[in-house]
Amino acid sequence: MNAVRDGDVRMALAGTKPARSDGNSRDLLDVRIDSDFAAGHALQEQILSRLTGLGFTPDSVFAVRLALHEALINAIKHGNRLDPVKKVHVKAVLTPARAHIIVEDEGPGFDRKIIPDPTRGENLEKCSGRGILLIESYMDKAKWTRHGRRLTMVKRNVQEPLPPR
Amino acid sequence: MAESTPPLALCWQKDIRIAEFTNNKILDDARISEIGQTLDLLVDEAASPKLLLDFSNVDHLSSAALGMLINTNNKIKQKNGQLRLSDIRPQIMEVFVITKLNRLFKILPTRKDALASFQ
Repeated sequence: MNAVRDGDVRMALAGTKPARSDGNSRDLLDVRIDSDFAAGHALQEQILSRLTGLGFTPDSVFAVRLALHEALINAIKHGNRLDPVKKVHVKAVLTPARAHIIVEDEGPGFDRKIIPDPTRGENLEKCSGRGILLIESYMDKAKWTRHGRRLTMVKRNVQEPLPPR
Repeated sequence: MAESTPPLALCWQKDIRIAEFTNNKILDDARISEIGQTLDLLVDEAASPKLLLDFSNVDHLSSAALGMLINTNNKIKQKNGQLRLSDIRPQIMEVFVITKLNRLFKILPTRKDALASFQ
C-alpha cells in the first residue's frame, strides 16, 4: 500500500515544471496524502531529495527536514487524528534559492496564540509542545492561517560563505 | 514493524549504564516508543540509576524524541538517579539550545567526560 502512495508522490513531482539550466530551476508540487506516517515520510523524503538536487546546502536541508517532519506529524496526528477519510494537502514551490511549502489538514484547527512557550522554566520538563517552536526557529517564515489548519512556511537556501582568496 | 538492529546498543561501565543510539534518525513514532520502553527498563533495573546516552550516531531527531528524553529524565530524577548525554553533533546541539533543553539535561562533550561526571 505504501508503494502506491509513494507512486502518487512521484507522479505529482513528475508532473512539475521541468528544471531549467539557467539557474532558475523550479519544482512545483501539489499533492494530497493519506493521514498516515508512511505517506508523510515518503512525501518528506521526496521534497528533501528535490531540494538537495536544487543545490540546497546540508544546513538548509537539515532545517527543512526538521520543520517539515514536525509539520506533517502535526497535520497527520494532531490535525487529522489519523482519520483515514481525511487528507493532508501539501503544496510546494522549490527553487535553488528557497522552499515555499504549505501543509494543510482537515482537522479542527488550533489557535497558535494559546500554545504555551515550551522554553519557559515551568514548561521545560513537559514532554510535548516543541514541534511549533522548532518549525518557527528553523524556517525563515512560518504562519498558521485558516484557524490553524494551514501552515505556510518558507526557508531560504543559505549559501556557505565563499572561501577567502 | 520489527527492526533487525535494536535502536540502542547497551553496555556497562562499572555501575553506569551506557546506551548508544544505533540509528542516525530518531524521528518516527514507532522507533521513539521502542527506545522509550527500553530506557524505562534501564531506569527500572537500578535503585538509583546512572544512565549515559551516547548520541554519536544521531544526525536527526524530532520533538517527539525530545519528549521521550524528558520523560526518561523525569523518571531518573524521581529515583534520585543521574542522566548524562554525550557526543552530540553541533546541528543536534542547536536543537537542544533552541528548546533550552541544554539547561535541563547534563550534556558533556564526550563519553569519557560524561563517565567522569557521575557522582
